[in-house]
Amino acid sequence: MPLVKSGKITTDIFAHVADDAAIPGDGAILISAARFLEDAEALSRRVGRTGVIWPNNRDVDDLVPYLERLAVVALLFPTFRDGRAYSQARLLRERHGYRGELRATGQVLRDQFVFMLRAGFDAFEVKKESDAEAFAATVKRYSVFYQPTGDGRVTALHRRMQLRHSESAGQ
Amino acid sequence: MYAYDELDRTIINERVSEFRDQVKRRLSGELTEDEFKMLRLQNGVYLQLHAYMFRVAIPYGTLSSKQLRALAHVARRYDRGYGHFTTRQNIQFNWIKLAELPDALADLAEVGIHAMQTSGNNTRNVTSDQWAGVAPGEVEDPRIWSELLRQYTTLHPEFSFLPRKFKFAITASDHDRAAIKVHDIGLRLYKNEAGETGFEVLVGGGLGRTPFIGKTIKPFVHGHDLLSYVEAILRVYNQYGRRDNIYKARIKILVHELGIEKFAQEVEEEWLQMRDSALTIDDAVIEDIRSRFTYPAYEKLPHMPDELKKAAHDPHFEAWRKNSVALHKVPGYAIVTLSLKPVGGPPGDATADQMDAIADLADKYSFGEIRVGHEQNLALPHVARRDLPALWKALDKIGVATPNVNLVSDIIACPGLDYCSLANARSIPIAQELTRRFANHDTANMIGRLHINISGCINACGHHHVGHIGILGVEKNGEEFYQITIGGRADEKAEVGTLIGPAVPYGEVADVVEDIVEAYLALRARPDELFIDTVKRLGVEPFRERVYATR
Amino acid sequence: MTSPLEQKKIRIAGPSMVTANRTWDGVVIYRTSRQSWSADLADAAIVRTSDEARALLTESVADDVGAIGAYIAPVEVRDGGAIKPGNLREHIRSEGVTIDLPVPA
Repeated sequence: MPLVKSGKITTDIFAHVADDAAIPGDGAILISAARFLEDAEALSRRVGRTGVIWPNNRDVDDLVPYLERLAVVALLFPTFRDGRAYSQARLLRERHGYRGELRATGQVLRDQFVFMLRAGFDAFEVKKESDAEAFAATVKRYSVFYQPTGDGRVTALHRRMQLRHSESAGQ
Repeated sequence: MYAYDELDRTIINERVSEFRDQVKRRLSGELTEDEFKMLRLQNGVYLQLHAYMFRVAIPYGTLSSKQLRALAHVARRYDRGYGHFTTRQNIQFNWIKLAELPDALADLAEVGIHAMQTSGNNTRNVTSDQWAGVAPGEVEDPRIWSELLRQYTTLHPEFSFLPRKFKFAITASDHDRAAIKVHDIGLRLYKNEAGETGFEVLVGGGLGRTPFIGKTIKPFVHGHDLLSYVEAILRVYNQYGRRDNIYKARIKILVHELGIEKFAQEVEEEWLQMRDSALTIDDAVIEDIRSRFTYPAYEKLPHMPDELKKAAHDPHFEAWRKNSVALHKVPGYAIVTLSLKPVGGPPGDATADQMDAIADLADKYSFGEIRVGHEQNLALPHVARRDLPALWKALDKIGVATPNVNLVSDIIACPGLDYCSLANARSIPIAQELTRRFANHDTANMIGRLHINISGCINACGHHHVGHIGILGVEKNGEEFYQITIGGRADEKAEVGTLIGPAVPYGEVADVVEDIVEAYLALRARPDELFIDTVKRLGVEPFRERVYATR
Repeated sequence: MTSPLEQKKIRIAGPSMVTANRTWDGVVIYRTSRQSWSADLADAAIVRTSDEARALLTESVADDVGAIGAYIAPVEVRDGGAIKPGNLREHIRSEGVTIDLPVPA
C-alpha cells in the first residue's frame, strides 16, 4: 500500500509493531493506542520516532498529553463512508495544535483526498496504486472553498471581502 | 434572487469536472459500485426501479426564470420531458442515464444550478418558506441565512460522511411554512428583546421509521454564532451518531437516547471551545450576502386596481383568486401559488413545456422569479395585483390554475412504487383517484383546508406522519395495503398523526378517505372549524367508529 | 412488495430470476443462462431451487461493471413457457409505470 507524503509516493519509514511483538530500542515505529496507553509516558520518550494508531471510536483527549512527543498519529477510515476521523483530525490539528505527521489509514481513496487534506491529514496510506499516482493532480480539483478549516485556505466569503476592500481602496 | 459570483460558479464547475471523472472511472471499472455509490448519491443520483433518478438542488426553493428553463432543457434533452418537484423544494428527473449525467450537470452549471449533496450521508438542501422575502409579518428574509448555511455546508470536509443524512429548515414567520419541527436542525429566526437577530434552534425532528418532533436545544443563538453552533452540533453527531444500524443513525435517535439536556450539554461544551473562531459571522459578511440578494423595484400600486374590479364578475377567476392568491408584504402586490395538482394528475409534476411557459410568465409578471414549496406546488412571489386577471388566463391555459391549494385535492405524495425501489406500494394512483373523487370545487371549499399526505413506504418522503390525513403504503401477502392516520400537522403546532385502524387494501383507500371527510362534516362544530381542529377536539375514536363500522 | 433490497437470506418460494439495472443507463436487465444480460424478460434464466438462485446471483453480482443492484425476483411461468413478472414491482419494472406519463414517453 503506497504511502503518499508531500504529494508524492514515499517509502514508509515507520514499522508497524504488533501488540505482542517486542518494541525495538530505537527506530521509527507505529503501535496501537491500547499498547501505547499501557505505558504512554515511557513510550512517548523512547529513543526513535513513535507513532500511535488511534481508533476512530475513541476521543482523542487521552492522546493529547503526549502529542508533542509523537512523530505520527494515524487515524482510521474503516470504510471511506465512516467520517469520524475527519473530526478527530481537525481537533488534533486545530484545537490541540498537533504538528507531527497526521496519517490517514484504512479505505483511503482518491475521491476523499481533498477532504482529508483540508481536515489536516498530511500522509496517506492509499489503497490503490493508481490513486496514489494521481494524488498531485487530484488535490488540484478544487480552488474555491466555502468553509474555514485549519488548512489556512482563505474561504470564499473572505476572498469576497478582500476583493471588496481592494476595490474600494483603489478608488 | 441570490446572484452567484465567480467563486460560487467555480465550485460548481469544479464539482462537475470531478463527477465527470468519477463516472468515467466507474464505467471503466476502475471504481466498483461499492466505491462509487456514495459518490453518485452525493451528486443526487439514485438507482430507482427502472432507471436512475437525478435530484437537482433548488436552494431554499428559489429559481430564476433562466434556471427554470434550464430544468426544462434537462427534462427534454436527457429525460422524458417532465420533472417532479419534491417535499424538500428540489426537482427530480426519473429516466436519466448515468453516462449522460456529467453533460446534464454541465448544462445546469451554466445557470448556477447543481446537484451537490441532494443525497448521501451529508447535509442536504437547506429548505425554507416558499414565501420568504415577501410574506407579510416576516422578521427578515430567512433565505440570507439559508444561503450562509448552504455555503457553509457545501463540500464541508469534516461532515461529508456523517452517520446519515442531515436536513435543515429555516422559518422567519409565526406560521411555519417550512416544517422546521420535523427536521434534523430546525431554525426559527426572530429578534430578541435587545432587537438582535438570532435563532431558536431545534434538533432531532424527523419522520421515517421513528418520527420525532424536534426539541429546542437553545432558545436563542445570536446570528453571529449560527455557524459555530451548527458546527458544534454536527461534530457531536459525527462522532457519536450510530453507525452500526442505518435505522438508528439519524440525529433524532442520538438526541432521544441521550436526552435533550445531555445532548445540549455535549454541544455546549464543544461550542464553548470554538465559539469565537473563524466561524463567527461578522456583520460585514452578512451584509455581503444580503447585498447579493436582489429584490424587485416594486412600484407604488393600488390594492384594488381597475383590472381586478373588472375581473371580479368572472366566477372562475374569483374562485382562483380567493384560493391561490395570498397577501404580499408590499401593497398592490400578491403571492400567487401555481397548483401542480390537476384533477387526475400525478402530484407535483410539470412538463418541460409547462416549465418554459411558467418561466416566461415569471419574466412577465414576477420579476423573473419562481418559488418551489415543499407541498410540491410552485409560486410566483412578486405579482402586481393589476396583472392577476391576465396571469390567471395564462396559468389556466397551461393547466396550473386548479383552485385547490391547501384543499383536499392538494395532495402531497412521494413517487411510490411506480418509480421508487424502496417502496412497498404505489402512491400516485391513490392521489389521482382522490383528486377525481374531490374534483368538485364547491365541495372542496366546503370541506376547507385539509392536507392529505401519501408515502409509499416507511421512509415517509410524502411526510404522511404530519398529514391531516396520512396514508402509508405497506405490504401484506404481496398486496398493496395502506395504513391511515389522522391529526398530523407540520407547522408550528407540529404533531404526528394517529392510526385510525387496520390497514385497508388499495381499492378501498379512496372510499375510506371519503368516509373520513363525511365524518368530519357531520362532526364539525361550525362550518369554519377546520378538519385538523375537529380531530384535535374529538380525538380519533369518532372517526374510527364511522370508518370501520362496515369494514 | 417489501423492497428486495432488504434480502439477506436466499430462499425462493417458486420459479425465480435475477434482475438488475444496467450501469451506464439504468435500464432494467435480466440475467440469462449464457453469462450475459438481456433487457427482455423472455431471455431470463429461470431458477427453481435456492442453490440455483444463489449461484445465479453470485455470478451476476460478479459483473460489477455492467450491472448494479442485482437481486432475485419471482416470476410466473405460464403454460407454454411464457415468462411473466411474478409480482407488481417486477411488473412495473418490465412494463413501466402504472400511470400515464405527463408526455408521451
